[in-house]
Amino acid sequence: MRRGIAASALVAALAVSMAACSSGGSSSDTKADGPVTITYWDTSNATNEAPNYQELAKKFEAANPNIKVDFVSVPFDQAQNKLQTAMGAKGAPDVFRSEVGWTAAFAKAGYLEALDGTPAAADANAFQPSLIQQAKYQGKLYGVPLVTDTLGLLYNKDLFTKAGITAAPKTWDELKTDAATLKDKAGVDGFWMRAGDGYYAMPLLFGEGTDTVDAAGKKITITSPEAAKAVETYKTLFTAPGTAKADVTSDSYAHMMDAFTSGKVAAIIQGPWEITNIYKGTAFADKANLGIAPVPAGSSGKAGAPTGGHNVSVYAGADAAHKAAAEKFAAFMTSAESQAFIAQKNSTLPTRADAFTPEVKANPGIAGFQAVLASAKPRPELAEYSSLFASLGTNLGKVVQGTSTQDGLSTIATDYAKLLPDFSK
Amino acid sequence: MAVAVQGAPSKGSRDREPRPGLVERFKRSYSKHWYAYVMIAPVVLVLGVLVLYPLIEGIWLTLTDATSLNSARQIGVNKVPATYNFIGLHNYADILWGPGSYDRFWSHFVWTIAWTVLCVCLHYSLGLGLALLLNQKLRGRGAYRLLLILPWAVPTFVTVFSWRLMLSDGGAVNTVLGALHLPEPGWLDDPLGQKAAAILVNTWVGVPFMMISLLGGLQSIPAELYEAAEMDGATAWQQFRHVTLPGLRTVSSTVVLLGVIWTFNQFAVIFLLFGNGAPDAQLLVTWAYRLGFGQQPRDYAQSAAYGVILLSILIVFTSFYRRWLARNEQANG
Repeated sequence: MRRGIAASALVAALAVSMAACSSGGSSSDTKADGPVTITYWDTSNATNEAPNYQELAKKFEAANPNIKVDFVSVPFDQAQNKLQTAMGAKGAPDVFRSEVGWTAAFAKAGYLEALDGTPAAADANAFQPSLIQQAKYQGKLYGVPLVTDTLGLLYNKDLFTKAGITAAPKTWDELKTDAATLKDKAGVDGFWMRAGDGYYAMPLLFGEGTDTVDAAGKKITITSPEAAKAVETYKTLFTAPGTAKADVTSDSYAHMMDAFTSGKVAAIIQGPWEITNIYKGTAFADKANLGIAPVPAGSSGKAGAPTGGHNVSVYAGADAAHKAAAEKFAAFMTSAESQAFIAQKNSTLPTRADAFTPEVKANPGIAGFQAVLASAKPRPELAEYSSLFASLGTNLGKVVQGTSTQDGLSTIATDYAKLLPDFSK
Repeated sequence: MAVAVQGAPSKGSRDREPRPGLVERFKRSYSKHWYAYVMIAPVVLVLGVLVLYPLIEGIWLTLTDATSLNSARQIGVNKVPATYNFIGLHNYADILWGPGSYDRFWSHFVWTIAWTVLCVCLHYSLGLGLALLLNQKLRGRGAYRLLLILPWAVPTFVTVFSWRLMLSDGGAVNTVLGALHLPEPGWLDDPLGQKAAAILVNTWVGVPFMMISLLGGLQSIPAELYEAAEMDGATAWQQFRHVTLPGLRTVSSTVVLLGVIWTFNQFAVIFLLFGNGAPDAQLLVTWAYRLGFGQQPRDYAQSAAYGVILLSILIVFTSFYRRWLARNEQANG
């Protein structure tokens, strides 16, 4: 009897504490007529890019006096995790900058508001069709493309000239030859490949005409002979003369960028989001020194790079007033005018043709990357696609440290089989 | 509930009064010690909410296929109900002998055991050595003691980040090694170097606690024992063997147990030193974290299963350790 009372008291206490945990919705006031404050999570680089986005948010506030924007910078590498946590509980932003790879997964989990027919998607036809396509999940639009990017070969023209090389390498083999020449004649490492990062390894797979998975054929293709060939090439990019050795420490990204911007390494594979940062480097005081070329091609003769970029998405859990304001904000951020402004400031690529104003086209970084965009491969419509990079990166890191290619690839395939239970190997 | 009728003949033919039932005993002890129950009630309640409930919830999770995609979640005002299923012990089977289980579990298991043994041995031996040194009467003992406690007093992330700088390719450690014409290992790069670096940093962090505890133990050994040993002509080694070590036994057994548990579950050092890299240097704890929070979709069920496995290992170890200690106590009188 008494124990029953104690037990029910415990249950009651738990129930109260659980209820306390789960109450509360998104942000503050819900008055329809008063000013609405929407929270925007920005995931761009906090020092180089975010201030320009913040300026846009201020412009938006000036144009819409009854909407306030609470602009929060969230470091990109933690953002996916933070969003995942916040959107499943509380404290989620009303609108946020979402990496293109997250859109499908978040939409699948039900976190995103479908934007078809809302003010946010009013100009949907003005955007590049492929980018609208990748922001869709099961036929509905869940994000408005904000910037797009792909990987290219960025190189230091001075060092290339010093080594007597006149054109950017077209294939991985040419790249290795050039790297050796650079080491001999210019005395610097010719090439630095980012090790143990799946995203940066994609050009090798595309260069052999393969991918991690075949989304249309529902097949895991990472164990194919082409993929093995790509990984063999990948390994040589750290061991060939004139290439930097594999750096898999947690500071490797910063190491790579420091080496490139200070002229200690002549070429890297990188995207346009780093251009602002590169121009600040000592080696690129003269912006014309930065060469931008498509990523080298593999033995298939084709060059391919992953399509990245960001959308603006609206949180499904916000109330009507916040949603309306958030949709307005998404439309404003992705308008032609805003995109042109961001493109000029950040050298990132706009997602709609009418944002390529003459001034934008004159920006050397953008002009360079626009030429590279032709080699960007659109993402397959697969919610798990961005989750595939993690295992790929981890195991490629092991491979460059001595694990055999076959072991590495079969481990990746095992991980993929878990993520994609209905795919054949 | 059975109602006892007064004066009814007892069914039992025995003379001895039957042992009262559980409820009855509880009632009696309650009426006698009710204040004690009242006193511990808040603690029981808090522990129940903070420890027991999550533990049971966690064990339940391990029997399902919960991931971040099928768990219950609240999206603002819309509640999405959980859709995960009960799958029995499949998670454990998958972890222990599923495909790729060596890479996913056993390699980390072996490394975790090796790491625990190596770290605790280093902690204990270095800690004891330093404690013996500090137990001598020397000038400036207080200052030395303070200096040696520093690694423990500095916040872990400061320590680990400093080491990360020193161990990096162009860092202080390799610069010194290079100046001495010794090989410069990739401390944070190659798998073996990573493990060495992790042990080095953890030793640095863990020694002070051992040292302080053992110093306390040393100071509690009566000086008369040493005097008597000296009168009997014992050498320094014999004094250490037969006076110091037995005198430290109680302290040692406790700090070694604590050390094993802490080292086994050492999260911060590995996580801060390697971040998301170094798959081979991940302990079971950091690996479980990665499954549960460091990937998309998050695999709650497997992560929880790792947690339960870790807890089981520690429970088994502790019970054996206690038994072994008790046996030793008896053997040594």
